[in-house]
Amino acid sequence: MTAWFERGTDADALETSLEDGAEPEVRDLPALAVEKGVFETHDGYYDALHEATVEVARRRVDDAVDTAERDIVNAVRTLETLSEQINELDERGRDWSDETGRVPVDEIVEARESHEEARDETRRFIEERTPELAPNLSNLAGSVLAARLIALAGGLDKLARMPSSTVQVLGAEDALFAHLRGDAPPPKHGVIYVHPYVRETDADERGSAARAVAGKLTIAARVDRYAGDLRPELAEELDEKIEGIRSRDGGDGS
Amino acid sequence: MTRAVEWVKVDSERYPATEGESVRDERVVNGKRVWHPRKSKAAALLVKGVDLPIGDARVLYLGAGAGTTPSYFADVARAVYAVEFAPSPASRLVDVAETRKRLFPLFADARKPSEYSSVVEGVDVLYQDVATRGQADVALKNAGFVREGGRAYVIVKARSEDVTAEPEEKYEEVAEKLDEKYEVEKVVDLSPFYDDHAAVVARRR
Repeated sequence: MTAWFERGTDADALETSLEDGAEPEVRDLPALAVEKGVFETHDGYYDALHEATVEVARRRVDDAVDTAERDIVNAVRTLETLSEQINELDERGRDWSDETGRVPVDEIVEARESHEEARDETRRFIEERTPELAPNLSNLAGSVLAARLIALAGGLDKLARMPSSTVQVLGAEDALFAHLRGDAPPPKHGVIYVHPYVRETDADERGSAARAVAGKLTIAARVDRYAGDLRPELAEELDEKIEGIRSRDGGDGS
Repeated sequence: MTRAVEWVKVDSERYPATEGESVRDERVVNGKRVWHPRKSKAAALLVKGVDLPIGDARVLYLGAGAGTTPSYFADVARAVYAVEFAPSPASRLVDVAETRKRLFPLFADARKPSEYSSVVEGVDVLYQDVATRGQADVALKNAGFVREGGRAYVIVKARSEDVTAEPEEKYEEVAEKLDEKYEVEKVVDLSPFYDDHAAVVARRR
């Protein structure tokens, strides 16, 4: 079995060697490299390995972030399309059977079932992939909402650069523009409405809840974009904040 | 410069610490980076009295995350091969690796060791903290890199395997599977620092 340095000592050589696909083995690679005269010292070997691994990992990670983002955005749009079509098929089927007492085309039922399978599989894909790209946002919002926010913003990078007031109304653009034309009050929330902390908070305090959720999701997106490690304390902080808002509601509400 | 994990006193507790450039907002006491047992499972292991012989060692670190704990290891180890597959943490891992001459980032799937077998040398320590299912399988697949008598530390998160099983049963199950290639020494519960987590400590046969 070959070692990476037998093909050259730069990042390209290392990247090619990764495709060899050999089984793991206990080998003294620094000693082997010196023995073969590729490097004079172990330190020289490690220095070259460091430079090459950092460069290759950087390339591959950048590609993977782009791919992951595109996959997630496409998946969440597909999920929305499938859900809409399932609803529409349900409606059509109901109308038809109300009028005639039957739906004579069996394939319609089959089509609905296969749509449902595709929807479930797409959701599983989102649930698996989104936490890899956005661990904190997924932890706080759930994978599907996290994916919708990333898609609406046009990517994690853009989401991470948005002020939380914009995140709060993502997905409510129609309402926002109506407001800007002077036709309507400002929207309190966009897609973050589906977050239980917004939806299940009493109407009086829902605006505050939406602001709190949007604020924490924005921080989560920034941690995901610029740090990448999972910080469970973000979820705990949001829990406390919402508890505070809801108890305030109960306190002066009745 | 000494190349070993030392102990420092913080708020009347003793914590492990190493000398090196900061990578996050970790505390620095007497010029040493403090490993906090709530922020690093390896720190929790050390605080719980487990021997983790990484000084001057060659380490294969699976599930390197954003690189914070690997950076501690790299402060004292001879070489740390850090494998991570989730792109966002891996992006940060590469940044961290740039600050450590002997921390080698590998953006690869730990379930497929052939993806990095041309680069990883025989190691003295396998440290594994992956969140995917089949944690024991990952350690078995990578056993080929571990020198005879080398140590393995396999962090088991009870909940990522099966939400219904008792944590202890899950730890035992992983320990039993590891027996194929490792001699299991003990299972160390990581509470109170981490709930539903344990480390299976073993030696390569």
